[in-house]
Amino acid sequence: MATMTKQQIGSIFAKQGILIAFALFLIAFTFANPKFLSIDNTFSVVRSSAIIGIMALGVTFVVISGNLDLSVGSMMSFSTIVVLDLHDKIGPFLAIPAMFAMTLALGAFIGFLVGYMKLNSLIVTLGMLSAIHGLTLTYSGGQNMDIADKEGTWFSVFGQGTALGIPVPILMFAAVAALLGLLLGKTPFGRKVYAVGGNGTAATFSGIKRARTVFTCYILSAACVATAGLIQASRSMGSQNTVGQGLELEVLAAVILGGASLMGGSGTIFKTVIGVLILGFIQNGLLLMGLQFYVQYVVTWIIIILAVWLDIAAKRGKLLSPIA
Amino acid sequence: MQPGALSSTLRKGAIWGFIVLELIFFSIAGEYLSLSDKAFMDYDNMLLLLKQSAPIGIIAMGMTIVIVNGNIDLSVGAIFAIAAIVLLDSMTWPIFAGLGDWVIPVAWLLALIAGTLLGALNGLIVWKTGVDAFIVTLGAMLGYRGIVFMFNGENPTSHLNWTLVDFAEAEFLGFATATWFLAAVTIAIWFLMTKTVHGRNAYAIGDNREAAVNAGIRVGPHMMINFAIIGFLAALSAVVFYSESGSVNPNDGQLYELWVITAVVLGGTKITGGAGSVIGTLGGVIAIQLLRKGLGHIGADTSTVNLVIGLILIAVLILDRQLNIKSKGALKI
Repeated sequence: MATMTKQQIGSIFAKQGILIAFALFLIAFTFANPKFLSIDNTFSVVRSSAIIGIMALGVTFVVISGNLDLSVGSMMSFSTIVVLDLHDKIGPFLAIPAMFAMTLALGAFIGFLVGYMKLNSLIVTLGMLSAIHGLTLTYSGGQNMDIADKEGTWFSVFGQGTALGIPVPILMFAAVAALLGLLLGKTPFGRKVYAVGGNGTAATFSGIKRARTVFTCYILSAACVATAGLIQASRSMGSQNTVGQGLELEVLAAVILGGASLMGGSGTIFKTVIGVLILGFIQNGLLLMGLQFYVQYVVTWIIIILAVWLDIAAKRGKLLSPIA
Repeated sequence: MQPGALSSTLRKGAIWGFIVLELIFFSIAGEYLSLSDKAFMDYDNMLLLLKQSAPIGIIAMGMTIVIVNGNIDLSVGAIFAIAAIVLLDSMTWPIFAGLGDWVIPVAWLLALIAGTLLGALNGLIVWKTGVDAFIVTLGAMLGYRGIVFMFNGENPTSHLNWTLVDFAEAEFLGFATATWFLAAVTIAIWFLMTKTVHGRNAYAIGDNREAAVNAGIRVGPHMMINFAIIGFLAALSAVVFYSESGSVNPNDGQLYELWVITAVVLGGTKITGGAGSVIGTLGGVIAIQLLRKGLGHIGADTSTVNLVIGLILIAVLILDRQLNIKSKGALKI
């Protein structure tokens, strides 16, 4: 009986541990600083998390399908630079679809290599990280991109606007999360993604087209990256070439915190959103406590390892690894 | 000949063939495109190339053994920066003030110990928690970088010791100090991987971890030793590099992990573990450095280097897969 309860507690922690930790964490920070959970502060946290958050939603699909995507950071730099450049050349109405098309083409290329060519996703996206960075620099000639007439365009609405009193980036984050959450949780395609990531061989033998599923995941990821790039461009109305550098790691950190296994086959959109919010609130909470921004890196390090460790420990029923 | 022997020979030699191709291409293209009168395959230029390969090359040797072992280390760039700070800062500590130039070996030792400990910490976490090395070192990459920033904010840490600079800029038998370090590390890791029990076990664990466990190999300590080795080598790389430059920015070493992994993969090491060689990695390091220098020589800018290296990495992967299909049977999904 005692072991039963222990296992039950273990499984509750394994399933909801990250939520419990998040709640405890919010309560603790609110006690330390009452401003922490005020509406203003919450909005500002979610708004600044939206860019990483939207990318994390796409990467969740890729990770569940059993692959990795390290190229999202430099891909976001690319889409930001492209949309800013095209804005002044062909106007925002054409610039946005053109930027989406170009970013999706990059996603399709990666999806083709990983899905149809069956190449190792870590190396492919590592190569693409470097290649897209080079592509961005070539495109911009190494210059910063700026919108010339910052006042006379409606382009700023995606990053700076509000609707119904809620900042637009938050609305977009929520909309993309809802859409992808439905796609992953309620459609045959979503089940295929889990099947391919859980056991690719079994999925293939049950008639699931592994290559096409993986390909679609990378397309979705690229679409999310393009959306994030749009918000970034619209928020700052100007950008450096390296705006997304290193974001791929924060994105992966959020996805991992949400409990998606890098082996594939597990994870949900909802949990990824929680992972994103945890990272955002930690960053904000530490800043409110008067600590420097880089303290969050150390805290993130500890939290990621603890989160994944406890998750694994709950599943195997032992705290320490059985490796000799 | 065993089946697959041809493709494996091709794969082993491929990187050196690629280097020869690069040399020929840049020599010929340089004749027409280069702005300088110097030939690309100038002796001094090649010596400089070897020297510039050292920082990435030294770390890449450690990465080879870690990847062969079935793990990966993304935190090397951050360890590199921490070791550099320990090196430069410790020389100014008051307790060492009386040592004179003897502070140099002390500072070196402290930096190397710091790197080894940070690497070993990664290894210990991978061993004891069972969390994937990718996640552990991804976290460590953020955490160690945070420690770097906490040390001196966003300011550079600088200290020039001229004795040390003279040592780092010295040449022995025509080769720079850094080149000698790269050579020594290559030989040491080659010996470790091919001639010792630890090396053989590392291959066995990377190839099939369960089989290794069943064969009675203690997987954990081997992994931890390898992480300690790569931490040590990241620190050694920093020590060699910053002895000469004398100033470290908190962002230094960023993206090193990518360059290092690229070199290792170009050199023919299997990313999933179990196969690879230090000599191949040396080829990969030289090939990348040649590419950077060569593209610079014919007047291309850095953006092209990134583009070309990324595409070559993917091309190598495709080529490798094509060569492997026949030898392994195509039923791997």
